Amino acid sequence: MTTNILLAGFGGQGILFAGKQLAKTAMYSDLQVSWLPSYGPEMRGGAANCSVIISDEEIGSPLVVTPDLLIAMNLPSYDKFAPNVVPGGTIIYDSTLVSTDRVRDDVKACPIPATGIASENGLDGMANVIILGYLLKITGLFEYDKFLEYMIASIPPTKAALIEKNTKALSLGYNFA
Amino acid sequence: MSKKVLMKGNEAIAEAAIKSGCLHFFGYPITPQTEISEYMAKRMPKVGGLCLQAESEISAINMIMGAAASGSRCLTSSSSPGISLKSEGISYIVGCDLPCVIVNVQRGGPGLGSIQPSQQDYYQATKANGHGDEHVIVLAPNSVQEMAQLTSEAFDLADIYRMPAMILADGSLGQMMEPVDFELGSKREIPEKTWATNGTYGKRKKNIINSLYMDPNELEKSVLARFERYAEVTDKEVKYEEYKCDDADIVIVAYGITSRIAKTAISAARAKGIKVGLLRPITLWPYPKKPLRALADTAKHFLVVEMNMGQMVDDVKVATECKKPVSFFGRTGGVIPAPAEILAEIEKIAGGLN
Repeated sequence: MTTNILLAGFGGQGILFAGKQLAKTAMYSDLQVSWLPSYGPEMRGGAANCSVIISDEEIGSPLVVTPDLLIAMNLPSYDKFAPNVVPGGTIIYDSTLVSTDRVRDDVKACPIPATGIASENGLDGMANVIILGYLLKITGLFEYDKFLEYMIASIPPTKAALIEKNTKALSLGYNFA
Repeated sequence: MSKKVLMKGNEAIAEAAIKSGCLHFFGYPITPQTEISEYMAKRMPKVGGLCLQAESEISAINMIMGAAASGSRCLTSSSSPGISLKSEGISYIVGCDLPCVIVNVQRGGPGLGSIQPSQQDYYQATKANGHGDEHVIVLAPNSVQEMAQLTSEAFDLADIYRMPAMILADGSLGQMMEPVDFELGSKREIPEKTWATNGTYGKRKKNIINSLYMDPNELEKSVLARFERYAEVTDKEVKYEEYKCDDADIVIVAYGITSRIAKTAISAARAKGIKVGLLRPITLWPYPKKPLRALADTAKHFLVVEMNMGQMVDDVKVATECKKPVSFFGRTGGVIPAPAEILAEIEKIAGGLN
């Protein structure tokens, strides 16, 4: 079983971080994983995206062209990548920033107003973690507790204050109905 | 939790170098390999080594010459245009018979080109890193694990054969993260560096390291002696991977990241009943001629896939003695081919075979 994930948004939304958390959890779950960022001049304030492939087999091309799962954190990313999602695939998008009437009926569309939820709860800049929580709920890719454990483990001791915020953000996403 | 760590390819090279006992790093920043310098700047002081950002690539490679002459394990890294700048120094290092490891995380060219991944330096790496009759061992990893493992092997090979070894990677391998296990490094026996200019302590004759000869006959003798070593490397150190070649009508020849994209295309082609395999050279110099020659008896067609305009095609033709047709598919300038594009090429060839 192979899951091709594409995460996309603005630079600064924590796209690469979110992808890295998925990759780390996959590695600790003894799965094969690759994480490939777009890198280049566009990273300075423009669009950012990364390909994450999780599999129980050897991974070939690390570049995700046709994702099974798309995380779109802004409208340009949604418009650019939604058409490439495989039929039957899933699109999770931040509906605070993506208002669209272009909805495909052959994919599972999962909107969550992550940026809105973040600012209502004093968690500005953590829409990415809220989306990760929602992703766990929607896809069942990893167990919630396991994911949380590895996420906390990757927070350096000097930033211990972030543990509580991340835990709250993940939980808000997971329990979003 | 496993003992594996999630790392970028560039970081894996740097950590593997340190784990291999590399104590000197000289470099100059350039995308997409700057993480190597960054990592070295952070880690080297902690292991008692030295990381120095030189004023240019030319300066860095000449610092390598000095460090290598003193017997130190040393590393320099750059990306395509920076490697071109190093070429004079590489030739001098070869002429002095010094071991060192050089990393090229390739980007699009020619010129300043692009910062995206490419394999456009194949000719340069395998045929002419510098002037004069010279070779360097060229290793082409295709995963972050191999970025680490082959770096470790490169240090051993360089020391055993007293010649530079190069890691020829590309921007995608440098930037991507995958799990890596550093315990899998090379553990070969390394000869003592009796030639090093590290002080006689009054106990032996002076060692002299030099690449200038006034008498051409002397120079010829040194080149011939070096080529005897090259013959030994060619004989003993070829590395390659064969993937689903046993029953393959079509054999793709691809290295580095392209070999992985090819594997994805091969799975799709096999699902359609097309018998395709992959021969992946891991050493680009020495080149895996023998296994390719053997496959020329069983396969019907060879397809070379690279991120350049077909620089490896001639090597495949020579290795297979032109016994079967060799065609080419590639993207260049920093564009990564999609598995579907390679699959389309496979289907086109398969159509012609029937």
